[in-house]
Amino acid sequence: MTETPEFLALAVQVGLALTSALTLLAGYRVIRGPTTPDRVIGLDTIATNVVAIAVLFALATEQGLFVTVSLVLAIIGFISTIAVARYVTEGDLIEP
Amino acid sequence: MTDPATLLAAAGDGAPTVGPLRAGLVVLLVAIGSFFLLVGTVGLLRLPNVYNRLHATSKATTLGAASVFLAGFVFFGPGGAGLTCLLGIAFLFLTAPTGGHVISRAAHRMGIDFHGSASWPLGAKETDGEDSADD
Repeated sequence: MTETPEFLALAVQVGLALTSALTLLAGYRVIRGPTTPDRVIGLDTIATNVVAIAVLFALATEQGLFVTVSLVLAIIGFISTIAVARYVTEGDLIEP
Repeated sequence: MTDPATLLAAAGDGAPTVGPLRAGLVVLLVAIGSFFLLVGTVGLLRLPNVYNRLHATSKATTLGAASVFLAGFVFFGPGGAGLTCLLGIAFLFLTAPTGGHVISRAAHRMGIDFHGSASWPLGAKETDGEDSADD
């Protein structure tokens, strides 16, 4: 039923490997970053990279389900960025 | 009746048959997206200050992920998972600038200075964040 060309699968695999390596490298900024906003920026970059990894995984496995997974990961990344940035400045998340 | 594979393909979630033109377009978009993700991560690692790193990542990484989403839209076709890809692009373009703005405001309120001789433009009022009165 599916005759995906060979070079498409190869390109998606290369993109997956490259994006995974970039996500690992962004972890350097999370560990070493001099200030707390540096670490937040690193985590935000990791979240966006993981979204791209999920879409590439959907392309590699040809399952459209994983695109929904990437959308959920994008939502979680956005909410965690907002929460951490607010926690850094306010010192509290939920105030009465 | 029809078998489940046909129903799944009709629902748009199954694997479509991809011709050479569409496959080439997907490969091109994946390459562009990987390039922009690479640029964003290099900027995150190499630039000297919080604001410079934010400037690099929040734009380049968004463009890269959006390009990969567009590759997913081309691959899965205009239904089901392809529509989810377009929704992901719209969500990413809404949330990434918001997150960048919130991080930079938090850094400014923590008192992190600009890099080198960079300063506010002439005539701009230097504040401690725009709504520092409400906390």
